[in-house]
Amino acid sequence: MEKRLLLGDEAIALGAIHAGLSGVYAYPGTPSTEITEFIQKDAEARNRGIHSRWCTNEKTAMEAALGMSYAGKRALVCMKHVGMNVCADAFVNSAITGVNGGLIVLAADDPSMHSSQNEQDSRFYAKFAMTPVFEPSNQQEAYDMIAKAFDLSETLKTPVMMRIVTRLAHSRAAVEVGKSIQEKPLRPAQESWVLLPGIARRKYIDLLDKQRLLTDAAETSAFNKTEKTAGSKLGIIACGIAYNYVKEVLGDNANILKISQYPLPIAKIKQLAKENDAVMIIEDGQPVVEEQVAGILGAGYPIKGRLTGDLPRTGELTPDNVAQALGHPTPPSFQPAKNMAARPPQLCQGCGHRDVYTALNQVLAEYPDYRIFGDIGCYTLGALPPFKALASCVDMGASITMAKGAADAGLFPSVAIIGDSTFTHSGMTGLLDAVNDNANITVVISDNLTTGMTGGQDSAGTNKYEAICIGLGVAPEHVRVVVPLPKNMPEITRILKEEIEYNGVSVIIPRRECMQTLQRHLREKKAAQNNNA
Amino acid sequence: MLKTIVMKKDIILCGVGGQGILSIATIIGEAATKANLHLKQAEVHGMSQRGGDVQSNLRLSTSPIYSDLISQGKADLIISMEPMESLRYLPYLSETGTIVTSSKPFVNIPNYPDEAALMAELEDKPSVVKMDIEAIAQELKTPKAANMVLLGMAAPYIDILSVKQLRDAIGVVFARRGESVVEADLKAFDKGLEASKQ
Repeated sequence: MEKRLLLGDEAIALGAIHAGLSGVYAYPGTPSTEITEFIQKDAEARNRGIHSRWCTNEKTAMEAALGMSYAGKRALVCMKHVGMNVCADAFVNSAITGVNGGLIVLAADDPSMHSSQNEQDSRFYAKFAMTPVFEPSNQQEAYDMIAKAFDLSETLKTPVMMRIVTRLAHSRAAVEVGKSIQEKPLRPAQESWVLLPGIARRKYIDLLDKQRLLTDAAETSAFNKTEKTAGSKLGIIACGIAYNYVKEVLGDNANILKISQYPLPIAKIKQLAKENDAVMIIEDGQPVVEEQVAGILGAGYPIKGRLTGDLPRTGELTPDNVAQALGHPTPPSFQPAKNMAARPPQLCQGCGHRDVYTALNQVLAEYPDYRIFGDIGCYTLGALPPFKALASCVDMGASITMAKGAADAGLFPSVAIIGDSTFTHSGMTGLLDAVNDNANITVVISDNLTTGMTGGQDSAGTNKYEAICIGLGVAPEHVRVVVPLPKNMPEITRILKEEIEYNGVSVIIPRRECMQTLQRHLREKKAAQNNNA
Repeated sequence: MLKTIVMKKDIILCGVGGQGILSIATIIGEAATKANLHLKQAEVHGMSQRGGDVQSNLRLSTSPIYSDLISQGKADLIISMEPMESLRYLPYLSETGTIVTSSKPFVNIPNYPDEAALMAELEDKPSVVKMDIEAIAQELKTPKAANMVLLGMAAPYIDILSVKQLRDAIGVVFARRGESVVEADLKAFDKGLEASKQ
């Protein structure tokens, strides 16, 4: 056995490569990005020709993976938790069609919102769609689970969710890794996946019938293990990474039911309750299991968790809040420092988004009631000082459609700012709505030629933005390209002013490469020159 | 049966996004892996890497480690590229723990605290090693190796690993950047180590 030091994300990627993966489909999103990046760079994955090119959004990713599964091969879809919202239609219906080749949907949740707008828990989606979930507690388990998840997916013909959290995704540990198995042959599904009502009703009953088998699988799963001690009458249900914090605090002195495979193993939970006087549910994210256990054990049985206030209702688990919930004192330490200030992230020095905001603030200062609707990306930092430019940031693509709705209500000037990658992810359809309504909005597509915030991945629409906007019906003379540099400020502000004054949809595309990718490209060029010398 | 003594070292690495704390983490991680220690290293990726506060929890032990995160009051060492950032994680530091930090403020916010008060608060802690690592790296004409000066300064306190193990790891991690880079980094490391012992 070879040992490798891997991030949780990398352990999942390598586990998938070794489990006969034929394609990974994903849109970048913290904390899931490194899974696809690992597969893109891995020598074996490249030799085998495993598909790993970035997709335009999570919905196209989910659908392409389902297509690969239909054709008989193993596929992996990766996204951050909010990506589940984008692909929900395809995901929920994939449980009804069922799968052919193994299909894993990897959702990376971000409790505490380190890099996100919310802390929604993807396990709700799995419960809603009635698919099983694997939730690894550590990097080794993440690696080992992938092969088991593909097997279960193929045996019971169901997509399988693998749910991780930021702390596992972005933490390194040594992982014992094995060897690759063969990829599956091309063998398209023989039954119909046409979800016309008559077929869908039958398939829905099939899905309901599978639930008993999925629960049986969870009851006997090696990932759902029990640990006992004579010294306590508190039963602890520890889900996924929560197991680590419980072990950190209590060591071997605990009655633990570790849950890493769902649907919930009901018999095991009832057994734990029977052997103890109370049950505490420790889970990262939202109280998904706590709510279900309340139903399983009934109103009379004492349970503790996030809903009862024993653990905080929001934010990620830590060894500290778990210790507190378990009644363990915190060791003495220092008080927080007095000479301290928050240090929020900020746009890089020399970043083109800075010049875009300087220009927007300068031009719009002349109008009393303007609003700029923002979107998701590095440029969301334009909401903070010194720019303080944004009225909103809600979800991918919302800048354009919210600007349109506000313009419909009579707001002027109504401006949207959106990045190049976010525009192709979810902005194009909104722009078509705006064109069809001849909405009086100004859309700024701040094009830095990459998906910047997640570390500089390829952007789906590079070199196509003018053509896309014109193709969607924006008048060609109102699609304007500028280079965001301080020396061009007079030209940029003049064009902005003209397009704000134009009564209809106009698009301004400030285009200059991201500072992060520029520096990386310069380094690569230098390294190539050194190698040639 | 022989009772083995468990040795552990819980380290918080911190600084400002872009200062190179992940390289320090990678080197300690490489050395710990070669030394067959158990290791967990929680990193920060994503938005805060853009000039915000960043930290990495690095846990080394001779026995298995469960939590990826260090508990409050349990860190043996804070290694910081920036003085105010070294104080941000004080509640995590054990009462017998040490702070090894750069003494030079990195001011990219309008409300950075008063420098004299900040230094006084830092010096008030029982075990502090601080130096202007950037000045030392400048003197060596390797301004990019300031983080290696810091690692050298911290080496005596990462006593679960030997100086040789850390130096070897620098060679492995930076090998692909060429021999001259490794040499410069080792020189910076040695300078930090020397200064720390004085």
